[in-house]
Amino acid sequence: MKHLMQTLLPLALIAAIAANAQAPEIRFDSAPNALQLPANIYLGEVGGVATNSRGDIFVYTRTGHPTITIGTARPFAHGGSRLFEFDRNGKYVREIGKDSYGFMFAAQVRVDPSDNIWVVDQMTNMVMKFDPQYHVAMLLGRKAENVAVPARTQQGNGAGQPTDLFNRPTDVAWDAAGNIFVADGLGNARIVKFDKDGKFVKSWGKKGTANGEFANVRSIAVDPQGNVYAADGGNKRVQVFDNDGNFKTAFTNVGNAQALCMTKGSSPVLYVSNSNPPDDIDRDGEIYKMSLDGTMTGKFGRAGKVLKEFGTVNAIDCRNENTLYVAEIGNLRVQKLVLH
Amino acid sequence: MKRVLTSSAALMMLAAAPAFPQQKATIEHVPGIEFSSVKNFLKLPPGEYLGESVAVATNSKGHVFVYHRSANTRLFEFDQNGNFIKEIGAGYYGFEFAHSVRVDKDDNIWTVDEGTNMVTKFSPDGKVLMVLGRRPPAVQGAVAFPGPQNGNAPAQKYIFCRPTDVGWDPQGNIFVSDGYCNNRVVKYDKNGRFLAQAGSEKPGKALGEFNLPHGMQVDGQGNVWVADRSNIRYQVLDNNLKPIREITNLGVGWTVCISAGPHQYAFLSNSNPNGNQPGSWDITGEIYKAELDGTVLGRFGHPGKLAPGFQVVHMMDCRNPNEIVVGEIESWRVQKLILQPTSTKAAGAAQ
Repeated sequence: MKHLMQTLLPLALIAAIAANAQAPEIRFDSAPNALQLPANIYLGEVGGVATNSRGDIFVYTRTGHPTITIGTARPFAHGGSRLFEFDRNGKYVREIGKDSYGFMFAAQVRVDPSDNIWVVDQMTNMVMKFDPQYHVAMLLGRKAENVAVPARTQQGNGAGQPTDLFNRPTDVAWDAAGNIFVADGLGNARIVKFDKDGKFVKSWGKKGTANGEFANVRSIAVDPQGNVYAADGGNKRVQVFDNDGNFKTAFTNVGNAQALCMTKGSSPVLYVSNSNPPDDIDRDGEIYKMSLDGTMTGKFGRAGKVLKEFGTVNAIDCRNENTLYVAEIGNLRVQKLVLH
Repeated sequence: MKRVLTSSAALMMLAAAPAFPQQKATIEHVPGIEFSSVKNFLKLPPGEYLGESVAVATNSKGHVFVYHRSANTRLFEFDQNGNFIKEIGAGYYGFEFAHSVRVDKDDNIWTVDEGTNMVTKFSPDGKVLMVLGRRPPAVQGAVAFPGPQNGNAPAQKYIFCRPTDVGWDPQGNIFVSDGYCNNRVVKYDKNGRFLAQAGSEKPGKALGEFNLPHGMQVDGQGNVWVADRSNIRYQVLDNNLKPIREITNLGVGWTVCISAGPHQYAFLSNSNPNGNQPGSWDITGEIYKAELDGTVLGRFGHPGKLAPGFQVVHMMDCRNPNEIVVGEIESWRVQKLILQPTSTKAAGAAQ
């Protein structure tokens, strides 16, 4: 225990210092026409964007018009989100999972080291793994059979059941051993760990402000040592846990942390978006670049509607440290950013 | 000033009376303008239909855009002869319940949707360039019916509540009328940043307050014309949204159109009400043509199920003041009207 304290204290100190530091501005451009959409395809609020090892781009977007049927025994619901693939040049390739049972309200898409495509849906409460041939390879969570109309009010402390039933999950990540971490998320406020075969291991966190508690978990990332970084935007911090969910430290200088991305390789960096709320473009919106000890090394962007401005960034892809894709809720688009 | 006071007094009396869904215009001796309706103007491909054709606009080439309520709300483009060209925005996130479409000076197409609470700017070829407002997130489930009966939430800078119309001043600033459950006009800069608003979430009767601002356009001086429907009037605001005057003698202010060119005219519609209550056809349904100073030049049109009758004119395009395109709610129809040019002789004053 004493040993643990010794390692924790300097980390906390670093975070506190960084909070006062003026991070340098990173110059950047937004590539025009990053995604070329066919005439009959429109993006809605973009929940997630991710690239695979070939540079193909996957976009999980809320396309609207979820349907609740009437004249049935219970109100059933379907539709409302779609998953698209573009090639590395932004040319539209295909739709994946068309009319899937699990697609209603896009939260996130991520690609794992084996190029599997993982989709997180905030309304069906499912995490879906598609293999590189687009077959469904694994499912976590289960969509409710029917929907409550009018909507049921939120209940409970956000800790969730010790199972893989989610409540508005937001993100998924993996450690080097293939263990799966799900951010669960907005209804619950916890992180759930599964082994690589999808067997529930444990979960931690509930609604609150103490270390290890969350206002919400909006995004997660895992470093090469297996530490888990959780964007706790409502508490204006990123929390860091070890692989078993023990709290290690928090970066408190990051604003409304909503999207995280950690670069690949042995010495990764972390991008954190201080996303503006969807109802206001006159505050926040910048993206921070950080080292894993919490030092802020740069920042760029601001909230707004034109290119190089951001409308509630919900996802960042950083396979290439200086070529980022960002998914925006507010502007119904994906921007390709080139950092200088 | 006296005129405004007189009008205000009349308005108070109106407000004290039961709320009429229809209102006879009090202006008198307005000459009729001869007009004809082009037969079968819009030619739809087999199997395609218009729904409630609440919104219509033309671009600089004369192409006609119709934003209408079908099973899904849809946006169609026709050429200047009414031949169908294409659909724009099929399945788009911002489409649910059409209210307005307008075309700006660069031929961008703007839609206002009172189902999604979104205003969308499309490029001339139909790509999304900018959105204002936000669709209520589906994950929050069925939302409570918005409006006074559930208490109007304070109006927010970037969130609408059943917005109704959009316009621009010569500098490119964006104006949005908002709407059925907010009661305000909002001004944004050309990049979508909030600048000012007139009115609030609450309905009101004073100048600069609104009760269902239902249609809106901006003239060449940057003044903002608002069809203040449930107040049974129009208001004209300056570019900073300070009220200049009201017009209370042209019936219910349903919608307004300002023509293009150096000499602009205003077209103002006292549309017959939805539902066609007995007697309503006799006292409503006409459109007025006026100078921007309020001089009324003439009137045309009358309710009717069959063209050239009007069935609740919801929107007008008047790029050419002698060729008016009207979108109607209850006939699911768009008509192109050829008007006899008016003489410059004043017929009466809008008050």
